[in-house]
Amino acid sequence: MNNEEIRNIIMENYLHPKNRDLPHEDYQKYNTRNESCIDNIDLYIKWNKNIIEDITFSGEACAVSISSTSIMIKNLIGKNANEALDYIHEFYQMTNGEEYNKELLKDAVVYDSISKQGNRKVCANLPLKGIERAILDHLK
Amino acid sequence: MNREDFPLLQEEIIYFDNGATSLKPKCVIDKMNDYYTNYPANAHRGDYDLSYKVDKEYEETRQLVKDFIHAEYLEEIVFTSGTTESLNMIVDGFFANYLEAGDEVLLTTSEHASNVLPWFRLAKKIGIKISYIPLDSNYYVTIDNVKKAITPNTKVISLAGITNVIGDIRPIKEISKLAHEQNIFVVLDGAQMVPHLKVDVKDLDVDFLAFSAHKMCGPTGVGVLYGKKELLEHLEPITLGGGMNESFDNPDEVYLKSLPSRLEAGTRNIAGVIGFGETIRYLNKIGLENIHKRELNLRKYLIDKLIPIKHIDLINLESDSGIVTFNVSGIFSQDVAYYLNKYNICVRAGNHCAKILKSSVGVNNTVRISLYFYNTYEEIDNLIELLSDYDKIVKEMI
Repeated sequence: MNNEEIRNIIMENYLHPKNRDLPHEDYQKYNTRNESCIDNIDLYIKWNKNIIEDITFSGEACAVSISSTSIMIKNLIGKNANEALDYIHEFYQMTNGEEYNKELLKDAVVYDSISKQGNRKVCANLPLKGIERAILDHLK
Repeated sequence: MNREDFPLLQEEIIYFDNGATSLKPKCVIDKMNDYYTNYPANAHRGDYDLSYKVDKEYEETRQLVKDFIHAEYLEEIVFTSGTTESLNMIVDGFFANYLEAGDEVLLTTSEHASNVLPWFRLAKKIGIKISYIPLDSNYYVTIDNVKKAITPNTKVISLAGITNVIGDIRPIKEISKLAHEQNIFVVLDGAQMVPHLKVDVKDLDVDFLAFSAHKMCGPTGVGVLYGKKELLEHLEPITLGGGMNESFDNPDEVYLKSLPSRLEAGTRNIAGVIGFGETIRYLNKIGLENIHKRELNLRKYLIDKLIPIKHIDLINLESDSGIVTFNVSGIFSQDVAYYLNKYNICVRAGNHCAKILKSSVGVNNTVRISLYFYNTYEEIDNLIELLSDYDKIVKEMI
């Protein structure tokens, strides 16, 4: 992907994010926020046994956090808990500048270069941190 | 003005985050280096020349601070780590022993966290009531609103002289007069005021004042707690240890030193205090009136250029300080800050530690430009050029 394509994917997910501000009765709420900045997102997750049936979100955050949330939601719906944890692990590998599975991350690879921008890495990771807690709680 | 005094300003950087902390002039850095290099002894151990020099420099700063804020006595100047520690000492060391359940403390919704959270804790601990002086449509504190907010239970009014988001200058002298007529104490958070405006504690007649060196070209980790002598005598030390006790044998026989040493336990930030002395000499040379005039001119220039830009929503159009708060329509404040950072322009995005202000302003997060005397009209021109182009902001904010 060239820079223009990367930018388009991020902007499209920022301006028209998936599942923002939808009704979320019967969903479990997980707040996720960054200590070093002002991103603040509430994630709502609905399980069908071990499968993530749906995720929605609300809140205020920067373009990177919102777009990352949107992309994560698209990619995690339908996965079971362990598959979702694998996805999250690969995402962290990418944002830490380590080797990672590009196929698994799909369009989330737009954040490939974010490992070089320390102050935006936390923004991209933000929704993953929230959903990770939700999954670990579900597995308890 | 005086840009040549600041090493960082010789680089290609535009620093508009002076409300968070200011840049440091070379003379202050040199003064601290001189201490660390040539006489790095402890204070108050004056048995040898090096230590005597430390004492002399350290206490000279106290004299400089006393004169700078026009205090009556040297003992009224206590060195702390900053505004936050000073305010915590005022609340926990004085008011925790003075107030009772049901007593009321008046704040405003635009106070910084350090003038809110210590009071919240005291409210939980002893049952005092926290109330807020309503802000007017410009988010200002008016004397009429203070009058209306006072109740028979009001014992303290604690507020910033200039707020860090709106930048309004509060009518402190009038508030003190009104408060003292009704035996109400006044605590002044001077963090955003002392660096920019002449503060005369006797004229303002405040009971306590807190401020930090680092927002006025001084080092981090140094601040001042001022209190009227008769009140400071009753401020219980929060921190006990060396340097503050006269003698001790057992729990019933502990004798503390007199003011201000009693409130300065342990080895203080000596290099910082000595550097702070140089800071005050430096600011005195420029003159606070010149600093304030310069900031107002810069602010007017900036505001006049921001107003015609249709996608800029100004939060504080009116204000007599160097603080300008705004949003770019439809763009999250942090993305604006990241965009400007690409052009080496430093601005702050967020709620600026005034987390209950959103209830009054209706906006959670903003971009803040806080000016100081070394900023220039050319820097503002650069900023305006970047903010004028909406498409460029959207294109480059990620």
